[in-house]
Amino acid sequence: MNIFEINDLKFKYAQSSQTVLDIPQLNIKQGQSVFLYGPSGSGKSTLLEILAAVATPLAGQIKILNQDMSVLSPSEKDQFRSKHIGYIFQQFNLIPFLSVAENINLPFLFNHKKKNEKTYSRLVSALNIKNIEHKNVNQLSIGQQQRVAAARALVFQPEIILADEPTSALDSDRRENFIKILFELSSEQNSTLVFVSHDMSLKPLFDTALDLIHLNKANNLESEL
Amino acid sequence: MNIFKLAFKSIRFRLFSTTAIIFSLVVSLLLLFSVEKIRKSVEDNFTQTISGVDLIVGPRTGSLQLVLYSVFNIGQATNNVSYESYLKYTNHPSVEWTIPYSLGDGHRGYRVVGTNQDFFKFYKYRSKQNIVLQSGQVFNNLQQVVIGHQVALTLNYKTGDQIVIAHGSTTGDSFEQHDKKPFTVVGVMAATGTALDQSMYISLESMESLHTAEGETKSQPSSITSFFLKTKSRLQILQLQREITTNKSEPLLAVLPGVVLNELWQSLSRIDFVLKLISFLVLVVGLIGMMISFMTSLNERRRELSILRALGANINFMMGLILIESLLIIIFSLGLSLFLKFILQLVLTDFIQNQYGFILSQEFLGLVEYIMIGSVLVLGFLISLMPAFVFRLQSLKDGLKN
Repeated sequence: MNIFEINDLKFKYAQSSQTVLDIPQLNIKQGQSVFLYGPSGSGKSTLLEILAAVATPLAGQIKILNQDMSVLSPSEKDQFRSKHIGYIFQQFNLIPFLSVAENINLPFLFNHKKKNEKTYSRLVSALNIKNIEHKNVNQLSIGQQQRVAAARALVFQPEIILADEPTSALDSDRRENFIKILFELSSEQNSTLVFVSHDMSLKPLFDTALDLIHLNKANNLESEL
Repeated sequence: MNIFKLAFKSIRFRLFSTTAIIFSLVVSLLLLFSVEKIRKSVEDNFTQTISGVDLIVGPRTGSLQLVLYSVFNIGQATNNVSYESYLKYTNHPSVEWTIPYSLGDGHRGYRVVGTNQDFFKFYKYRSKQNIVLQSGQVFNNLQQVVIGHQVALTLNYKTGDQIVIAHGSTTGDSFEQHDKKPFTVVGVMAATGTALDQSMYISLESMESLHTAEGETKSQPSSITSFFLKTKSRLQILQLQREITTNKSEPLLAVLPGVVLNELWQSLSRIDFVLKLISFLVLVVGLIGMMISFMTSLNERRRELSILRALGANINFMMGLILIESLLIIIFSLGLSLFLKFILQLVLTDFIQNQYGFILSQEFLGLVEYIMIGSVLVLGFLISLMPAFVFRLQSLKDGLKN
């Protein structure tokens, strides 16, 4: 089953005339772990926003879990995202005024799913954050923050995990360790992982690698250079 | 976790800016409430200077003028009421009591009023309060004077002091001093917060003896300035008023003091409107300050709001969050300022009364205050919509970028 299905997708930002993304075709299958790479400016973040149903393409089609995004209203997209997509940012993933546990459980406020206590305890122990559950997030190290963010992305067992360079602030040891745990947990849940990075050393860890330079026909990079 | 809890934790997190907003709102709300309290107290002090008196009877003159000089000691009486007329209505079958009132003398800027002991027995101010003496007793002889609270305070008089009363002037700087007949202060009245505090009271006989040659004593006055009157039944007021105004032996005027005082207050209401307007503007400035501080904090919060967005919070949720945060701050500030108002009222009422003879109205929340609270909430809501809509515009452009 295809989790993502993209056909003739074009995207540009409202205020600019330049097409940022032009992707003739892209399919991502269930359970895959995808490494999406490319230099900055190649459109990685924009593609991720489209995959997260935040940005709306100018033309073409994107289906997520066989649902055509173009027919959904903005608030239906938000609802869809809250149920099916776990998102991890590069840095500063957490709401500063909530505790670790409150941050992890935040998705349930929006998707109205029932919290699975088993999944929760499995995640906090696997990610080694059980002992900091009630701490204020400002007291955490960056590594701890990223693990809390991973727990939050996984806790409602979404079909899709999107990660935007979540390891860029970690040193190389922790980086690999973090990704291994992320793989383990997402494959346990049979989730599909799309991981954006420009760190090529991570590439071999993934099933599939997509080079945005080749994928994206808009190719703004050359005109910028 | 729900949106209210989230909003609460969010404003608690921004403790410094939240405290600053609350402080400025509380100050402007307190100002708004204080102005209203003072306005209401002035109105009460003014319109309730006299209560329990059904009619004020005087010579034919303007009704406003009659009330002004009989109640507030403002202006001059141009004519008198004969003592016979006073006696006639005192003994009238439908009259319960009367209080004679005679003006014409002064002492260092304060009026001296000639009356009798019925004044202390029957005169009532502000929801039927009797005059109370703070020290000493009521006059019961010639050359004795009872002084108002403010008089005692300003001139530093106490019971037992000897004073001299001047004729023909309120300022008391008249050439014609009755210096041969010093008066003894026998009593000091407690504060009433009305014009009573600024007057001195002697018996009609004392007043008469001031104006007669030495040696003659205890003459009955031939006339008085006006008198207060209470009927046995309220139903008789209008009938008696008609009877007095059509009195054959002497042209007289009888007015209902409450009606005249209210009319007079209405004519002064422009001042009160300006006071209200100023304090309202202060409140608007406070609310705008809150709005600006929310707008600036939106920038710092972009990150936080894009996290919520990535988690699937929709625009309405986030606008709701921002709106609830400002409303929580407004409601909290409102609660805090009402609490402070209550405390201040409790603490300051006695102090202000003793120091300045000004009585704060005791009502905690009146109709005007309820209207104010309602309009603060409505206005606060409208102003809070601004940052919510600015956020909406921003977030449509921003996506999930930092």
